[in-house]
Amino acid sequence: MNSDRFDPRDAKLVIAHIVFAFVALFIGGVAGLLQGMVRSGTITLPADIGYYQLLTAHGVLMALIFTTYFIVGFLFSGVSKTMGGALLPAARRMAWIGYWLMSIGTVLGVILILLNKATVLYTFYAPMMASPYYYIALTLVVVGSWLSGYAIFYQYIKWRKANKGQLSPLFAFMAVVTMLMWQIATIGVAAEVLLQLIPWSFGWVDTINVLLSRTLFWYFGHPLVYFWLLPAYICWYVVIPKVIGGKIFSDSLARLSFILFLLFSIPVGFHHQLMEPGISPMWKYIQVVLTFMVIIPSLMTAFSMFATFELAGRARGGTGLFGWMKKLPWGDVRFFAPFMGMLIFIPAGAGGIINASNQMNAVVHNTLWVTGHFHLTVATSVALTFFGITFWLIPHVTGRTLTKQLNRFGIIQTLLWCIGMFFMSGSMHLVGLFGSPRRTSYTTYNDHPEAILWMKYHVAMAVGGMILFVAVILMMYILFALMKTPKGECEFPIAEVSEHAEPTPKILERWSLWIGIAVVLILIAYTVPMAGMIMNDVPGSPGYTTW
Amino acid sequence: MHIHRLERIWLIFGISMLFLFLLVLGVGTFVWGMAPPHSGNHHSFDPTKVEEHAPFDKPGLKKIGENHYEAVMTAYVFSYAPDVIEIPAGATVDFIVTSKDVVHGFQIPGTNVNMMVLPGEVTEISHTFDKPGEYLILCNEYCGAYHEVMQARVIVT
Amino acid sequence: MAELERVVKKQEKLQHQETGLKGTFVSVMIVGGFIAACWLFAFIVFVIRNGG
Repeated sequence: MNSDRFDPRDAKLVIAHIVFAFVALFIGGVAGLLQGMVRSGTITLPADIGYYQLLTAHGVLMALIFTTYFIVGFLFSGVSKTMGGALLPAARRMAWIGYWLMSIGTVLGVILILLNKATVLYTFYAPMMASPYYYIALTLVVVGSWLSGYAIFYQYIKWRKANKGQLSPLFAFMAVVTMLMWQIATIGVAAEVLLQLIPWSFGWVDTINVLLSRTLFWYFGHPLVYFWLLPAYICWYVVIPKVIGGKIFSDSLARLSFILFLLFSIPVGFHHQLMEPGISPMWKYIQVVLTFMVIIPSLMTAFSMFATFELAGRARGGTGLFGWMKKLPWGDVRFFAPFMGMLIFIPAGAGGIINASNQMNAVVHNTLWVTGHFHLTVATSVALTFFGITFWLIPHVTGRTLTKQLNRFGIIQTLLWCIGMFFMSGSMHLVGLFGSPRRTSYTTYNDHPEAILWMKYHVAMAVGGMILFVAVILMMYILFALMKTPKGECEFPIAEVSEHAEPTPKILERWSLWIGIAVVLILIAYTVPMAGMIMNDVPGSPGYTTW
Repeated sequence: MHIHRLERIWLIFGISMLFLFLLVLGVGTFVWGMAPPHSGNHHSFDPTKVEEHAPFDKPGLKKIGENHYEAVMTAYVFSYAPDVIEIPAGATVDFIVTSKDVVHGFQIPGTNVNMMVLPGEVTEISHTFDKPGEYLILCNEYCGAYHEVMQARVIVT
Repeated sequence: MAELERVVKKQEKLQHQETGLKGTFVSVMIVGGFIAACWLFAFIVFVIRNGG
């Protein structure tokens, strides 16, 4: 079943998304490379492009476009594969409309960024005011992604009807949770953009409630990172066990972890606003408690991953406490790249727990430590997993093979990525502790001794960035080479559940229950503080163009 | 749902650790006064009328007690007013800050003074400067084209 | 008799599973220790900067 030909119409859809994602990664990578070189004093930019324009482009292309397109393409591939062998016509149509909406939005957004009309970074904090067409561009991207989600929901609902009483395929279940979480989360940023930013930037209203706009953004901004993470977890739970010749440790616990993500990744946005006025310490602390709850499904996942490895390794003859590690397919990039993603998630998660720790956030807020953190989480754990997926996904959907040479290049690319990230993110964490701010161009603050101290770390960051850029170029080569390998078979690895796992409780698929609890938690976490912000009868802020 | 014995032990350990962290953070915040920056007794106000709104009608450094000062400051693109504060070593300073335009940051590297400054809102934080020196205040929230030069100084003698 | 056999088999399976996951258990406990150490480090930095 895993080697059955992938539906060619769905193949077009998947390839369109994956290629667009990597083009965004490349352009975003160019921006990142230049940023590093500016901050280290290695280069100065020509007059017609500014540091903060590059930074805006880097954030949008990497954190919104590369991620969303890859995720949607990957989810469509698994949904097509496991729920009937092809997308239903209505689902495919919705998927393509979504793709075009997102793409028009992306192109429009990038043009405005290059024209210096939207130098507000990918978080577009008011009362900095961009061109209204920037906000419209982002709206198109989000609405397009909603249609992608509806296509997946539609396919899932039809499958459940046609397979009454049967447990849904794990990939499909997880895809539904991912897009459900995305739908609930994007309501916040949609409200901010449609009800606040667009009327205000068009001049239909004079002022904007700044605190409310930030709160709506971060209501969205935290689950955004789980939108990135969950598809990587899908690979770790569903694909990797098959790649290593093992089985899924526990279907129930895998589903439970995703339900816990659905519940606890949204009512926690205040942990991105811990240093802000206008929100009481009590409500900040309540959301910190909720944030710590969302660590639990990752603790569960850590156990599941090691367990899967150990059981597979022991079945291959591994003995002793850690002997099973040697039996894992280290030379197979389909395992090695995602594995490095998993390994790096350990310091990534540790840093995240520190960031969310209420008053301790003062040590790291808006410093390069935070930048170091998310270059571990999304730019390594998620990115390397996505790269690892690409190695079998492209050949599988196009009916080609993964050649030994490309596999070898993949191992090299993964190692380069890790080395580059070690230098870049490592320096970022350190210099952040010393106070060097994020989102800031080259400066020595009038030769202040602290700022001079930071410079050598910025140089190490730039070196790391250069190594990463080489790794990006290598990945671009690999991507296009994968579409030219000899015709043949390349499986879509989908693992079976272990015989020792017990049956999955049906309650895990009772969507109304879980959506209900998620909504209740959001209402508990946000109603009172947001009501205070909305009912504020003080005038808001006019717009400013400060770039 | 059956959870393997070793997984159960791991999760109990992990959740207990998180609970311990939350306990320490909670006690620190609500008992020992180590809360994150907040608005104090200030409420929101019209961001276009900063100079009319107390205490920003009289910005600057004010001594309010034995070795205790209040620094009322406004942030704006691309500096702070006042941009130099001089205090004796051992002094405690209550920073009370708002923005005249966009969102800014207010951070003193090497200390826990690190907060967001919003138009129409007031942020407060206190710090005791034990060691003499020239401390950098920098803006760590992107605010526009010259964000990277936005700074001030605390001179501790 | 068959009932007793079934009980013994289940015990054996559980025992087999327990040994089967010792490496996992040690690994996650190391991860937990790393998280705790990082958090403690950051906490100490915070406390020191607060004026101990």
